[in-house]
Amino acid sequence: MMVDALEQVYGLYNYWVVCALMMIGLYMVIAHDNLMKSLIGLSVFQTSVFILYISLGKIDGGTAPILGAGELVYSHPLPHVLILTAIVVGVATTALGLALVVRIHEAYGSTEEDDILASDADPEDEGNRDTIT
Amino acid sequence: MQALVAQLPALQVVLPLIAAPFCILLRRPTAAWLVFLIASWGSLFISALLIVVVKVAGPISYAMGGWEPPVGIEYRVDHLNAFVVGLVSLIAAVIAPYAKASIEKEIVTERIYLFYALMLLCLCGLLGIAMTGDAFNLFVFLEISSLSSYALIAMGAKRRALLAAFQYLVLGTVGGTFILIGVGLLYAMTGTLNMEDLATRLPAVTDTTTVKAALAFIVVGTSLKLGLLPLHLWLPNAYTYAPSAVSAFIAATSTKVAAYALIRFIYTVFGAEFALAQMPLDDVLIFLALAAMLFGSVAAIFQTDVKRLLAWSSIAQIGYIVLGMALASAAGLTASILHLLNHGVLKAALFMAVGMLFWHTRSAQLNDLAGLGRTMPWAGAAFVAAGLGLIGVPLTAGFISKWYLLAAVMEQGRMLLVAAVLISSLLGVIYIGRVVETLYFRAPASENAKRIRPPIGMLVATWALVLASLAIGIHSTPVVQYAQTAAAGLLGGNP
Repeated sequence: MMVDALEQVYGLYNYWVVCALMMIGLYMVIAHDNLMKSLIGLSVFQTSVFILYISLGKIDGGTAPILGAGELVYSHPLPHVLILTAIVVGVATTALGLALVVRIHEAYGSTEEDDILASDADPEDEGNRDTIT
Repeated sequence: MQALVAQLPALQVVLPLIAAPFCILLRRPTAAWLVFLIASWGSLFISALLIVVVKVAGPISYAMGGWEPPVGIEYRVDHLNAFVVGLVSLIAAVIAPYAKASIEKEIVTERIYLFYALMLLCLCGLLGIAMTGDAFNLFVFLEISSLSSYALIAMGAKRRALLAAFQYLVLGTVGGTFILIGVGLLYAMTGTLNMEDLATRLPAVTDTTTVKAALAFIVVGTSLKLGLLPLHLWLPNAYTYAPSAVSAFIAATSTKVAAYALIRFIYTVFGAEFALAQMPLDDVLIFLALAAMLFGSVAAIFQTDVKRLLAWSSIAQIGYIVLGMALASAAGLTASILHLLNHGVLKAALFMAVGMLFWHTRSAQLNDLAGLGRTMPWAGAAFVAAGLGLIGVPLTAGFISKWYLLAAVMEQGRMLLVAAVLISSLLGVIYIGRVVETLYFRAPASENAKRIRPPIGMLVATWALVLASLAIGIHSTPVVQYAQTAAAGLLGGNP
């Protein structure tokens, strides 16, 4: 019984880390009013999925899949290649998100969602005019 | 010629992808617009060819780069794909002449070339989702279209567009990543990413938690992109603050393509037997669709901004599409596929009509639009004609799909759902009626009293869509037959 439980924890170690990171990331996205912090949460969340894919392809004792190296046991390259694509997507998303935060900061002078909504609701605020005339 | 036809599936996606950098290299607004115009009309031409080829010769399988499926990426075009691709490129081709005058008023001149480049990338992503037969490839195209639409929404004239785009980015990325997790879990269980191959290998492992979790992740992820009710939070702001041409384009295509992805995953990859019968997904989807239809319509009634009103109406209409697909019958799927097209065309026409009013008033607030139906008669009439279609008045496109949806629901004897569809349609009369009342029965503000002529490109494009929707309503047979074949293909195993 005890051994089984240990096996669960140790054998699926990577997947427990994935779950933990995923929950931490999602919680940060939901719980924080600060736009920067939710963006950080989003990155943590995406990173957890990277680890999930990388763990899928890993084989115990396997090396890099290079032809002619004489090794017969190697990690599955396809999930690793897939996740390279997803990492690129993640970088693009983070970059675009950061760019938006910069422009929001320029337009509102704040990155706190509460402050932004408050100045949107304020009819006196001069930022509520059209940016194009 | 034969060789060219064989390359059509790749050309469909590659054409806008290659055209996008040209916009950036040319930099001049008019030149970039011409590139967009040519690429979107080219894409419409290709999709028309694809529709005909599929109708005549059956589904096409295209091995990308010559790598045979299931190892390589397969582009598989059956009736459903061709149908969705046709809708997306039709809307893009109509937005092209519309966008020029509309965008000149809403975006600073220095950024106009970027706007067209982003529109092309968004088009490329949407077409890619609809063409690909590879689950991971679908995720990549989904992100291409999503990333470009976040940037397009952020181009809105008001600073609120920035926050709307940011919220969409956060939720959209969570949705996209959920799909990625789901696809990863499927890969872990089957060792393949090809949808056809997944469909044959999945039945052996459907009783594992991993596959059930994969279904949950993929359904939640696509529902986020789709804007299905509890996951719709990004949608009203995004549609309201985006530039008019972007609102029309995204409202008509992006949620429809997400609905396509959901249909494809449920029916082709997982199979209706597992997803809808073994798992309680049908009940969940019907409940959410019901909530979306009623809540969306009620919320639309209380809006003071016409674009926001149309956004809430979209949330309600997504309910119809999801209801049709959750019924798990040929009739329901046909209704769902028909409503994809009809709602796409009608909602684009409505947003474009509002865009014409916005072009003059620079506001979509109901109070600022008072009496404009009299001074801008063609724009007002377009709104009325498309609005009648949205309500589902006979002889319009909306009537056809609602008729088929009601027939499909009655076939299963679910009278509660029949009542909900009818009530939601009646609520549609109220919210469209509110706009029509403002446009025609209120005195115009003094600066709106003279006759105003909108640019000819905007007028022609909007009316082209309105007339297309009327044509579907009056002579629906070809479209209905195509949708029925698509539905039969989805249900009859793999076409």
